[in-house]
Amino acid sequence: MTASVTPASSSGAGRTGSDSGRWRPGRKAMRRQMLDYVATGVSIAAGSVLLLVLVSILWTLLSRGLAGLSWATVTHRMGPPGSGGGLANAIVGSLLQTGLALLMAAPVGLMCGIYLSEYGRKGNHFASVVRFVADMLMSAPSILIGLFIYQLLVVPFGHFSGFSGAVALAVLALPLIVRTTEDMLCLVPTAMREAGAALGAARWRVILFLCLRSARKGVTTGILLALARMGGETAPLLFTSLGNQTMSTDMTRPMASLPIAIYQYAGASYEDWVQLAWTGALLVTFGVLLINITVRLSSRH
Amino acid sequence: MTPVLRSSHRKAGFDTVFHGLLLICSLLVLAMLGGLILLMATGGWQAFARFGLSFFTKASWNPVRDVYGVLAPLLGTLVSTLIAMLIAVPMAFGTAFWLTYIASGRFSSIVGTTIQLLAAVPSIIFGMWGFQTIVPFIARDVQPFLNHHFRHVPGLGPIVSGPPVGTGLVTSGIVLAVMVAPFITAVMVDVFGAVPPMLRESAYGLGATRWEMMRKIVVPWSRNGMIGAIVLGMGRALGETMAVTFIIGNVTTVGWSLFAPRSTVASLIALQFPESPEGSIRLSSLMALGFILMLLSCVSLVLARCLRGKRQ
Repeated sequence: MTASVTPASSSGAGRTGSDSGRWRPGRKAMRRQMLDYVATGVSIAAGSVLLLVLVSILWTLLSRGLAGLSWATVTHRMGPPGSGGGLANAIVGSLLQTGLALLMAAPVGLMCGIYLSEYGRKGNHFASVVRFVADMLMSAPSILIGLFIYQLLVVPFGHFSGFSGAVALAVLALPLIVRTTEDMLCLVPTAMREAGAALGAARWRVILFLCLRSARKGVTTGILLALARMGGETAPLLFTSLGNQTMSTDMTRPMASLPIAIYQYAGASYEDWVQLAWTGALLVTFGVLLINITVRLSSRH
Repeated sequence: MTPVLRSSHRKAGFDTVFHGLLLICSLLVLAMLGGLILLMATGGWQAFARFGLSFFTKASWNPVRDVYGVLAPLLGTLVSTLIAMLIAVPMAFGTAFWLTYIASGRFSSIVGTTIQLLAAVPSIIFGMWGFQTIVPFIARDVQPFLNHHFRHVPGLGPIVSGPPVGTGLVTSGIVLAVMVAPFITAVMVDVFGAVPPMLRESAYGLGATRWEMMRKIVVPWSRNGMIGAIVLGMGRALGETMAVTFIIGNVTTVGWSLFAPRSTVASLIALQFPESPEGSIRLSSLMALGFILMLLSCVSLVLARCLRGKRQ
């Protein structure tokens, strides 16, 4: 109890002069304090830059895209420059391909996720390989998925098709759905499974009607986020559904999609095409952000 | 007795079917990656066999003479990813530090959500945004300034020289950086959040400032997780196509300048594919490029896995 209790003694700074009672920071303490201020300032600046980028992107999209947003844009199909074309066929194509891709990816992804969480706990080497492969697919560059489906479905059939575009998107979404489903099912307490089994329910019944039902919310979130990811993806569609200037709902023919239309029009030298590209970009971004915001808001409650 | 038995038989029967169904779906995931790698390798075989080692050492990408080398796009990918990481890592680290330990709870959750939204923006939008804002900025402000002041500095001159067009490795590095930084930030926030509060409180109790607590307690504790996050972000930057295609300039040359138009593996594939007829050596070269890109991406993931696994 005889030791000094001033902070100076613990932080290594000495008392200055004879006016005891009042503590003043020494040079070392000052330096540490300054370093702390600098680090704080720099990291706040770094975060602000990221926020600024988001604001800048939204601002660019709104200022360039809003001008072209009209009823005609979403009802007219794409056309030659100067003909007052819109993006209707691209929007329809995007919805069709993303929808079909989700129909393919969601069941397979759910099943695989269930396998990993229910049968593939510790000690199952096959499951850990599947987990690793899913991670690898998730980080595979999306353009390679396009090349893969091109080799797999476009070359053998001899033509580009909306169906192969949907398959490429499904391959992209599959690992996302697998991993979120697994994570969400792992959160379900084991007691729930034991309770089901004790009541005499078969394992599949326990999994589907108890575990999956109680993890419903998280699993839906994962599927919706995968949907948002697919909606904005361009690279895999370049080599699979190719894009189409006319309105087409035939899955076996080349099909337009919003990201491809943006890609084709953004580099064009016609003013109205560039305008359409920005309007399309605005639509895609706000669609994707809307899904994300909805998911985040609903998962908070 | 009999009905009970029969029903339990039926249950066991469906359980096996269910298990089998799940197994098939898991096998499908395996088959996808296997098929992806296999088709890339077989597609690119023609190019590997024809050009041999010169495929990796030659910089020319010459469709007229049908001679292809991957050095230019490969260097472009590696250098632009390096620049992106040099910018993104400090930015993500700072943001994560701000969000976890400096900002107040409510504010940090709002900013955190906003930054996560940035991670959800489609990559083609980043490309258009970069073309609209970053390219003119580099061409009009940065390049003339650097050219004027550093052109005659030995060592630095060749790096900053180049026509002021604005497209190039630095531009794509910047756009890639703001693209992957939100992703790295999100993982880092999770990793920092997992540091036991008792350790941090002990540091404060010993009189450490916030930055000292960060540097001496949090960073050593979460080093592996941070490296894992960085490597995963790097994997994304390596394979990015749409953002880069708009702003890299797409010229297959090799040189010292960071401001001259270049090309990357993914952008070259995207641009050359429509002009490459099926079965041609050109398409095969693109497939070979894809195979190399896949290898790069796999290596970065395995690296991330190893570094992260060490902690447990």
